Amino acid sequence: MKIAVMATCLGDAMFPQAVKATVRLLHRLGHEVVFPEGQTCCGQMHVNTGYLREAVPLVRHHVEVFEPVADGGWDAVVAPSGSCTGCVRHQHAVVARRAGDEVLAERAEAVAARTYELSELLVDVLGVTDVGAHYPHRVTYHPTCHSLRMLRVADKPLRLLRAVRGLELVELPDAEVCCGFGGTFAVKNGETSTAMLADKMRNVLGTRAEVCTAGDSSCLMHIGGGLGRLRTGVRTVHLAEILASTEAGRTPAAAGTPGGVRDEPVEAQR
Amino acid sequence: MSTTDLGMPAVRGGARDGSRDTGLPTHSVAGQGNLRGTTSFPRAAHEKLADTQLRRNLGKATGIIRGKRAGVVAELDDWEELRLAGSALKADVMARLPELLEQLEENVTARGGHVHWARDAAEANAVVAELVRATGSDEVVKVKSMATQETGLNEALAEQGITAWETDLAELIVQLGHDAPSHILVPAIHRNRSEIREIFLREMPGVDPALSDDPRELAMAARAHLRRKFLTAKVAVSGANFAVADTGTLCVVESEGNGRMCLTLPGTLITLMGVEKLVPTFSDLEVFLQLLPRSSTGERMNPYTSTWTGVTPGDGPQEFHLVLLDNGRSAVLADEDGRAALHCIRCSACLNVCPVYERVGGHAYGSVYPGPIGAVLSPMLTGISGPDDPNASLPYASSLCGACFDACPVRIDIPNLLVQQRAASVESHPRPTAQDLALRAAALVMSSPGRFAAAEKGLALGRLLAGREGRISSLPWPLSHWTDSRDVPAPPAETARQWWARTGGHDEQDGERS
Amino acid sequence: MSGAREEVLARLRAARDAGAPRGGVPPVPRGYHRSGSLAPGSAQVLDLLVERVEDYRARVLRAGSDDEVAGAVARCLDEAGSRRVVVPADLAPGWRPRTGEREVVEEHPGSPLAVAELDDLDAVVTGSTVAIALTGTIVLAGGGPGQGRRALTLVPDHHVCVVRAADVVETVPEALARLDPSVPLTFVSGPSATSDIELDRVEGVHGPRRLDVVVLR
Ligand code: SF4
Repeated sequence: MKIAVMATCLGDAMFPQAVKATVRLLHRLGHEVVFPEGQTCCGQMHVNTGYLREAVPLVRHHVEVFEPVADGGWDAVVAPSGSCTGCVRHQHAVVARRAGDEVLAERAEAVAARTYELSELLVDVLGVTDVGAHYPHRVTYHPTCHSLRMLRVADKPLRLLRAVRGLELVELPDAEVCCGFGGTFAVKNGETSTAMLADKMRNVLGTRAEVCTAGDSSCLMHIGGGLGRLRTGVRTVHLAEILASTEAGRTPAAAGTPGGVRDEPVEAQR
Repeated sequence: MSTTDLGMPAVRGGARDGSRDTGLPTHSVAGQGNLRGTTSFPRAAHEKLADTQLRRNLGKATGIIRGKRAGVVAELDDWEELRLAGSALKADVMARLPELLEQLEENVTARGGHVHWARDAAEANAVVAELVRATGSDEVVKVKSMATQETGLNEALAEQGITAWETDLAELIVQLGHDAPSHILVPAIHRNRSEIREIFLREMPGVDPALSDDPRELAMAARAHLRRKFLTAKVAVSGANFAVADTGTLCVVESEGNGRMCLTLPGTLITLMGVEKLVPTFSDLEVFLQLLPRSSTGERMNPYTSTWTGVTPGDGPQEFHLVLLDNGRSAVLADEDGRAALHCIRCSACLNVCPVYERVGGHAYGSVYPGPIGAVLSPMLTGISGPDDPNASLPYASSLCGACFDACPVRIDIPNLLVQQRAASVESHPRPTAQDLALRAAALVMSSPGRFAAAEKGLALGRLLAGREGRISSLPWPLSHWTDSRDVPAPPAETARQWWARTGGHDEQDGERS
Repeated sequence: MSGAREEVLARLRAARDAGAPRGGVPPVPRGYHRSGSLAPGSAQVLDLLVERVEDYRARVLRAGSDDEVAGAVARCLDEAGSRRVVVPADLAPGWRPRTGEREVVEEHPGSPLAVAELDDLDAVVTGSTVAIALTGTIVLAGGGPGQGRRALTLVPDHHVCVVRAADVVETVPEALARLDPSVPLTFVSGPSATSDIELDRVEGVHGPRRLDVVVLR
């Protein structure tokens, strides 16, 4: 299959390791991967903060960049993010319609119809649950709200994780309760967001997992930011990075962000 | 009706020009009733989050009710079908609201009831006060009613020298505690048993000083306190859960029997009801009488549901008045997406599952309608007057986690309404705020790959900020709201885009570092 | 107030049109169960009713004949120590508690008891119109056979209610289809209760604190 990666603005700028892992994983599974260079941002932050009008050019731009998937140029678009996929699937057409642009709305729907979150692509489209990964760590999985309730990915990520060799999966208590990220909510209602984060961290720490994983870098940035601030030593690792890890590959411990810390020497900066 | 370029129908602000009558959909009148608090949500939440007792009480109570609800909902294999029917029935009601109201009026009148209409909270209160005065009574017993809380009826009656006795246990706790309701089903959910005991000991005349904090004993104290009132009251005021258009039947769903007392024993019954509480036919109650109890108290059925149609000779009140309230509902109805908020049957399931509500409680929302539905309904009823309107902050009081939609028995897409109300909030700004400018600039950058890539270069600065630790622990306002509690990782040395440009996606092994 | 009426209706008419859904309003999907899988009055539906009523901490007794009803009613009254009992005048003669130890007052529609008199009585015995097994609910129709007016089953603190097998249905829709909305209806599911203190359920508040149900096969 020819699959285009939608890096998402956060994945591109802040968490490229999740994007790279997605590419590596799809290559390993034998697919052709393209990275549409014009891509920027799906506009979710604007939409969810109430800037629906301002989001229109972002939606238009996204549709223009990813339209080959609607015309048969690519077979699918994949994003390592439940919430950005959710925005494309459930909000783009709404934003366009609200602005009175029915043509854009229909184009957006055509793109959305072939845009998938990573676990959806793997399980539903590619039909795999065992991706041949190896990750010898104790891991707990946080189902992010948008993958759970906007996309209804259900247990697909768990099925993928259960097939990873060496991985010890521990159930997260109250897993389905929001971690408190919520996009600009984390800033506009920072204290309530923190109160929610505290309970999520309590549950993560209670599992004694080394790693907390999820399908959204944004929620992981929030959970990891809290775990790191408190120096808990628990890492947050994107699902894609775990699925991309192999015995032969790079050391799994280096994958991911140890609680909000960039795991590479600053000297590496050019 | 005209439509602005935003797709929002023209709606009048609540009678700011002094005239009530333009025939246009109208928001509730500013300064009337209890739909707007005085502080923004984040400021109110700041205080509530630090209230240990509140946090503990809410955590416990919402945890219990969530478990009960989940249990009884799972028992029904047709729950989703019931939700779909409930949602569609309400959509049908909204599409025919004026006609159905006229039908209701006709049927209630034919059965000996009297129907009154109220444009706003003040008018509803005045109508009720006048009706009470006409009976010669200076007190009323009340069944828990959100509509009367919304209009501030008790205070309005007090100004006329009429005492209102709340008879629902939780409302009684709130009234005796000189407090405000914080939940639409259990208004005293923020109080625990020992606080309730203290309130009773302090405020309840003739209460046994040896009263313990056992809920049973507390309930018995309320029974003893109200018994005489019930048996002697001449006038009752109630709300309604449902009104049936095709029969003129009213329906009240309750637990304690205080509702039955009020609906049965006094000679006069006055029911105040929002215009949206209709169902088309009596048999449609078969849907809502299944959805409501399981969603609200988590029971298969609540202890008592009463229905009555006008006046029944020899049984119950011989004088019945129904007051139909607009108070902003017409403005909500005029909004194609927003009118779904009027489908709400006030079950409170969305409050009970909301992680934000659970942590801050109902008072932080300012309005009598708290929680997810309140965060959309309150600003929709009042309109948003500008960035400083406390109700402008309500649609942001959510992480958009979507738990409310899954719990809602009539499938109101609350996350979508929250986003729509955020848009209304943004569009109410007379001139751009700092946030407006920031997001507009971001939109400009993000809609162009060139500008976006250039902006990403600026992230290198972040690496300097992060220093050797690889983390950023302090950022300037407003991002300080983030770094107050959370680190931010240093930006990567290379963005995904740069990595792709350099490697074409093929040197993953080496590309990881540097 | 006719000004208010016309104004509110005018606003709502304008709003109805302004906010009309572009795609129109779809028909109401009735995919939920409008009838149960258990036949009304069947042994299974009775078992379900008994289980669900007991779940509310109400007492349930079974009777096979009118005579057994009278005995069961007497047992309920004796166990609760209810000595002064009111019944609607048209209560089936076989269901009446035997007098003797007890005082039985009849209420006739033409001469209702004062509320204070009702308050002095210990218990009330009535029939019922429909019962819903799935939810453990008994429906009283005001003025229905052996049911009296609403106050009768409300003020006395102990309610003994007789349910005939033929009146027991499985689901809420089946029950509503049997009811006449023009008379006042009271749906009773267990004794009065409250969850207002820490959302913990406590039985017994303002309505009858004790509910006994006699199911007649
Ligand atoms: S919005 Fe839905 S869940 Fe919330 S109170 Fe209303 S009906 Fe219940």
